[in-house]
Amino acid sequence: MDLQTTIYLVVGATFALYIGIAIWSRAGTTSEFYVAGGGVGPRLNGMATAADWMSAASFISMAGLISNMGYGGGLFLMGWTGGYVLLATLLAPYLRKFGKFTVPQFIGDRYYSKSAATVAVLCLLVASLTYIIGQMTGVGVAFSRFLGVSKDVGVYVGMGVVFTYAVFGGMKGITYTQVAQYIVLIFAYTIPAIFISMQLTGNPIPQLGLGSSLSGQDVPLLAKLDQVVTELGFGRYTTTTAGSTLNMFVYTFSLMIGTAGLPHVIMRFFTVPTVAAARSSAGWALVFIAILYTTAPAVAAMAKTNLIRTITPGVVLQNADVYGAESAIKYDERPDWMKRWEKTGLLKFEDKNGDGRIQYYNDKVKDEAVKAKIDAAGWKGNELTVNADIIVLANPEIALLPDWVIALVAAGGLAAALSTAAGLLLAISSAISHDLVKNVFKPDISEKGELMAGKIAMACSIIVAGYLGLNPPGFAAGTVALAFGIAASSLFPAIMMGIFSKKMNKEGAMAGMLAGLFITLFYVFAHKGIFFIKGTEYLDTIGGANSFFGITPEAFGGVGAMINFFVAFVVDKFTKEPPEHIQHLVEHVRTPRGSKAVDGAHA
Amino acid sequence: MDKSGAAYWKATLGLVAKILVVWFLVSFGAGILFADWLNNIHLGGYPLGFWFAQQGSMYIFVALIFVYAKKMGEIDRKFDVHE
Repeated sequence: MDLQTTIYLVVGATFALYIGIAIWSRAGTTSEFYVAGGGVGPRLNGMATAADWMSAASFISMAGLISNMGYGGGLFLMGWTGGYVLLATLLAPYLRKFGKFTVPQFIGDRYYSKSAATVAVLCLLVASLTYIIGQMTGVGVAFSRFLGVSKDVGVYVGMGVVFTYAVFGGMKGITYTQVAQYIVLIFAYTIPAIFISMQLTGNPIPQLGLGSSLSGQDVPLLAKLDQVVTELGFGRYTTTTAGSTLNMFVYTFSLMIGTAGLPHVIMRFFTVPTVAAARSSAGWALVFIAILYTTAPAVAAMAKTNLIRTITPGVVLQNADVYGAESAIKYDERPDWMKRWEKTGLLKFEDKNGDGRIQYYNDKVKDEAVKAKIDAAGWKGNELTVNADIIVLANPEIALLPDWVIALVAAGGLAAALSTAAGLLLAISSAISHDLVKNVFKPDISEKGELMAGKIAMACSIIVAGYLGLNPPGFAAGTVALAFGIAASSLFPAIMMGIFSKKMNKEGAMAGMLAGLFITLFYVFAHKGIFFIKGTEYLDTIGGANSFFGITPEAFGGVGAMINFFVAFVVDKFTKEPPEHIQHLVEHVRTPRGSKAVDGAHA
Repeated sequence: MDKSGAAYWKATLGLVAKILVVWFLVSFGAGILFADWLNNIHLGGYPLGFWFAQQGSMYIFVALIFVYAKKMGEIDRKFDVHE
């Protein structure tokens, strides 16, 4: 059986599994649709939350970016896991006690104002839509390889599939389907990592393999990688930071509070049975997330090692000379996986010095000694471009693993991308149909009309996200990071102050959210174009790229959040205190006793 | 908020503060600000600062949440506000 057939079979089988479980469990428990995880233990619920949370950005894109960034890529790892500590200690138990279903509902009630709820809907929409653009980028990559087509065609196909999947919908809310998705996803991620770790270091546990010596040598893998990438003109793998220490700091901070502020993550904790369960299920979710996240750095470093081994065989394991005339492989003799990925347009070769061999290095290197060696070798520029988003999907192919492993990874990537994209679309449609149309504009709308409004919102957002996904503002994980920045700068401060400050009033919260949102969008759009449309960047207005202390737009959410807190604090000082009953409400939210089932139910 | 309510909230904030100090130290501290300095120490083949940024902080985050959940449960019962 050839590889392509195996992939179709494995992907088909996993989808049949999800749908089968959805049908089987739906018959028994209709209420589960609304109270996801209400009836299952914290471990299963944690697994489901992990599947919900880990998207194309985590599965497909993150390790590839770490592979390119080295040490600095740790900001994704720390940021996207550290946020759960904030979620568990600052938000989840209190929002659970509050007992409403959506973030705008909480904001609307706590700040006793429909306008505040509307502002929260706006923030939620901008963040979720940006998030979906990142997902569509990832979906496009996954489908392009899966079907052997260009990335653009992959995005079109992905749009159709995501839409069908989201409208078919209900299965999203069923915990057991998500548990199945988690299991597929985690096997798909860890099995190749185990194989590769065995090959390179002889240690089957990737987390330990990354800290081990290379097979048959006395050199740690990371030390060898450091040496080879430096010779090729790249930054040292274990020390290259993301821009600057300050930028890495703010970027990590932004992802952490963004994690705690993203509505579709918070929603999971609204529906656990008790306040105590809200605390521990955050812990279990993080356990299952950490299994993938601690494997990712091993995947990243080992993929980089294997890529270099493919192009210059003998360099890593036999100490061959990187610059040797015979070191690099001939293009005509390139492995099959390169040919397969060339079809997607995400891997490109251009023979700049006409020697028929592939030179892969950093041609913008500053180091004079390295430069001299490169010139002496007769290299005329880097000849191989590898899109960071393909690293994880191509990883088992690069390591020449069996076909079923490659197929499993394709299935895992699709599961991750589809489940999160569908979840976000549901969050968007409920925000528009319920929080906006029903609660604000047209309270007398029929249930049918509400449902229709939700579907229209879903269709519009998928078209917008797909269009922008064709020309994405960055790699999948980078685009998703922008979404986290937006959530961090707008929603997190308002929710947190709503719990931890009795005196914060509606004027302060609204001013804070709007200030945080707009300043962040202003900075992001300056770099990435207005609403991410190419060609509308206005970098000159803000004085060049990363002009704010060298902080990148992906990291700016951390700054936006600080501005949000500050503006809210100042406005609050000059406006009226919140009414007495709101202050009592906050006190009530702070103690667990008397928590009851959530009301205002809708999916 | 009555007296015991205020004391309960104070105990809660105290615990959260302790948890967040550790959270900050392992990630922003060991993983970012002091990473260069810690890289002089090795943990197997890992430079220590790199290890904190790409492995260690995550293990500690997981432990932190469970410690928090357990201690919060104790505080809830002490002030008799548990469910």
